[in-house]
Parts: sequence; C-alpha cells; structure tokens
Amino acid sequence: MAIAREKEGHVVTTQIQGAFELKDVSVSYGKETAVAGVRMSIDAHSVTALIGPSGCGKSTLLRCLNRMNDEIGGVRVGGTILLDGEDIYSGDVDPVELRSRVGQVFQRPNPFPMSVYDNVAYGPRTFGMKDRAELDAVVEESLRRAALWEEVGGKLKKHAFELSGGQQQRLCIARALATKPEVLLMDEPASALDPISSQQIEDTIAELKSDVTIVIVTHNMQQAARISDRTAFMLRESMDRPAGLVEIGDTRTMFTKPNDPRTEAYITGRFG
Amino acid sequence: MSRARARSRVRTARVVEGVMRLVTGAAAASVVMAAFGLLGYLLYRGAPSISLNFLTQIPGLGGIFPAIVGTFWLVVGTAAFSLPIGISAGIYLSEYAPRGTRTRIIRLSIANMAGVPSIVYGLFGLAVFVMFFGFKVSILSGSLTLACLTLPVIITTTEEALRQVPQDLRQASLALGATRWRTIYRVVLPAAAPGIVTGSILGLSRAAGETAPVLFTAVFFSAPLPTSPFDKVMALPYHIFIMATQPNHPQPAIVWGSALVLVAGVSIVNIVAATWRSRARRKVTW
Repeated sequence: MAIAREKEGHVVTTQIQGAFELKDVSVSYGKETAVAGVRMSIDAHSVTALIGPSGCGKSTLLRCLNRMNDEIGGVRVGGTILLDGEDIYSGDVDPVELRSRVGQVFQRPNPFPMSVYDNVAYGPRTFGMKDRAELDAVVEESLRRAALWEEVGGKLKKHAFELSGGQQQRLCIARALATKPEVLLMDEPASALDPISSQQIEDTIAELKSDVTIVIVTHNMQQAARISDRTAFMLRESMDRPAGLVEIGDTRTMFTKPNDPRTEAYITGRFG
Repeated sequence: MSRARARSRVRTARVVEGVMRLVTGAAAASVVMAAFGLLGYLLYRGAPSISLNFLTQIPGLGGIFPAIVGTFWLVVGTAAFSLPIGISAGIYLSEYAPRGTRTRIIRLSIANMAGVPSIVYGLFGLAVFVMFFGFKVSILSGSLTLACLTLPVIITTTEEALRQVPQDLRQASLALGATRWRTIYRVVLPAAAPGIVTGSILGLSRAAGETAPVLFTAVFFSAPLPTSPFDKVMALPYHIFIMATQPNHPQPAIVWGSALVLVAGVSIVNIVAATWRSRARRKVTW
C-alpha cells in the first residue's frame, strides 16, 4: 500500500509497511517498573500474538504501540519504539495522528451509542472527511473488510447496541479500519464472545493480515497457535521484578520446540 | 453446624426479611402519601382560583400575570448563567481534573456552596450584585444570585452523569485519533445528556421556587412587566409570601392559586424533560 503524505511542504510517497521495532522498551507507573527490557520486531502484514499469564504486561506493552498509555496519568515509557523506522515517542509525532495509523480493538465490544454508520464514520469524520459519498464508500469498505457488510449493509441506521456481541466486536474492527491504519492492535478481542463469534473474529483477522499488521494479545493459546505467524511470550517472574519478554519466534516453533524452558512450561499448561 | 441450628437460623432470617420488607415498604408508602396529599390539597385549594383572568391580568384586576412573567425571566436568567458554568465545571471535574489538592479544594468549595442557606445567598447577592456591581434590584441581580444557588446541584449531577459513561467509550474514541475534547463532545456528553438534563431541571426548579435569594435582589411587591434585565419584577414565590402575610387582608385564594401555578409550571417542565429522557435512554443502556 502506498500513501502520499505531506512533509515539510513536499508530498512524499512512502511505502506503508506497519513494521515495529522495539528496543529496550520499559513501562513504569510512578516509581514501579511494570515492564522492562523488551526487544522485539513486529513484521509488517503478519499476525503477532502476545501471550503470557495475567499481569505479564502484554496489554501494557500493546498500549505503548499507539501511545494509549499516555492517557493514563503517571505512565512513563522508556526505550525506543520505531514504526517503519520512525520513533513514535519523538517530539515530532502527534499521538493523535499516530492513532489513525495504529488502530485498536478492545477486549469488550465498545461501540459508541449511535448508529452503525456513525460508528464507522467516526474516525474519518475526526480527520475531517465530510463528503457524504466519500464517507459512504469508507463505511462500506470497512464493514466489508470486517466481514459485517452482509449482515448490516441494509440497516446502517440501526443503533449499534441492537447488534449481537459478536457483531458489535466486528463493528469495532470496522470502526478501527475506517481510518485506514497500517497496524491493528487487538487486546483479547474474542475473550468476551461465544465460540462462533470468536471464530468469525479469527476469520476476519486472517483476511485482514494481507494489508494490515496485527498485534494481538490473547489468553487463549490455541487461538494464538491458530491465527498468528509469530508469537511472543511474556512473563513476570516475581512481583518485585518487572515483567519482560522471554522469547519471540515463529509460532510453529514456539508451540513445538521453544528455546526457553519457561515457554515450554507455559504452553504445555504447567502454569498460568 | 448442626442441622437444627441451621434451620433456626433460616427461620430467624425469614422473620427479619419479612420485617424489613414491611418497614421499608411503609416508608415508601408514606412518601407517596405525603406527595399525593400535598398535591391533592394544593389542587383542592388552588384550582377554584384559576381562571383566564387570574393568569393574564395584573394584580389590580385580580390576576398574577406579572409574577408569572417575572419568575419566567428569573429562571431563564438563572439558566443562562448557571448552565454553561455548571456543566463546564462538571466536565472539568469528571474529564480533566487531576487527582490532587487543587481538585479537592474545588470539590470542597462546591460542597460548601450547597450547604449555604438560601437567605445567605440573598444577602450575598444584595452586597455583591445589587450594590457592588450596581446592577440594582433587577432580574440580572436576582438571576446571578439564583445561579450561585443552583450551581452546586448542576455541577454535581453533571459530574455524576459523566462518570457513569463507561471508560471503554473514551478509550475507543481516543484510540481512533480523536482529541480529548472531541471525545467529550461527540461521545461522552451525548451519552450523559439525559443525566445532565435531569440535574439541570432539578436545579432550575429549585431556583424557580426560591424566595429568600430574590428577596433583596430582584423582586418588588408590585411591579409592572419588565422591559429589560435591569428592571425589578414580581415573582410567584414572593407574591405568595406577601399575600399570605398581609395582616389585615389575607388573600388565601390568591395564595393557593399562585402556589398551584408555580408547582404546575415546574411540573410541566419536569414532565417534558422526563419524556425526552426516557426516549433518549431507551437507546442507551450499558
């Protein structure tokens, strides 16, 4: 995907990738360091799963990637996070603009209390899109990509709360896709859903990765094994030490012969 | 625990259950009785006075029209000052205020404002708006005084309504690249609107019925219809007070008639707001 961006007066066409490079990333809340020393790369147009027991910092790390941690008072992020080579914590990067490139889907479906159409159009309208035809096109495209168009295409005026839980979550995916992000962060997107809806979300993820980088936090290891290309295992070994990355690798390798004995212990269900 | 003891505990619990149901039910019933008793008696005493003449004529011709108009403008003025300030302050407290000493001071001030007796607001209004700012005894002075009295109610209910909006929605909006203000304006405020409207109406209803704050700041026993915000006016609560305390010629018919008009006016606004609210709420459930 190529996109034209204006930079210092020139229109620069850059190849949009959506690859992250994390160097020595740490997160602290006040005096307490929650996550430290994370080094990993997240490949473009692939699915990377973050797994690990509760409290291992998966969601905290995820929220660093679109700077949602900035919204919580007293959170400090250390180290460097590069998105396609650009430091997303440098002074030049506006978190608001960053979030249009790095979308997020949350654990519980959280559609806005408005119509299906207005939900999907919210992002584009935020960035000034007003033209009705243009909005219509974005709404349809986003709903199609989230595999929801078949079900709601004819009733876009319907209130979002009238949709089922699974449909609401796919609506949230469509809403996030409407700003044309390079990356989609998903924080346990299927954990509040029934198995069939969960399956539909997984199918949607498989469709999406051809043009969006996906980073997904999940508690469900079978899910991680099914949908991800690479898996990162995080762990907090004791409460007086920050959580960290144990290892990251090709998903098949991680689930069959991981390098680290702790990874093996976790995926075979010996703890967590 | 033995079975017999368990059984006796269950029996005691059942008795307590029954007694508590009765006690709380009786309390609720007495509230209903008080409300209906009050409204019923008001209707019984006030209804005979209501006539077109009563509603549209000046006091000299047996009407209360100037008092209705005066109360109307006082409430409009109060709304004009207290709604923007009150709702904005509520938004600040819920959405922007950091936890800390400064916020605690703001909250303490609001609590104190809510605790001040209304006659003290009247004195404050007299000293500050009437005399210091030189607004005289006028709709403007009265509205500003009533606004001070109404503010704590509006701020507190606004803040409360905003807090009920799930954090998830704010997160979703921010994650889409919306700024804080856009998130508040497009997502949080619409979701909280029913609660904010309820609080505002509650505050303004109270303002409409207050006598003490307008006593020294806005009202006069007999005044013509106002032509500007700097005019003094008649007002329903004050008219009731004056008519009820006439030593030689008490006017029960006018007193009860005015009281009914005041309560009916406030009720109509409340009913309209409640209808709108229930329609808005049907869509918004978490």
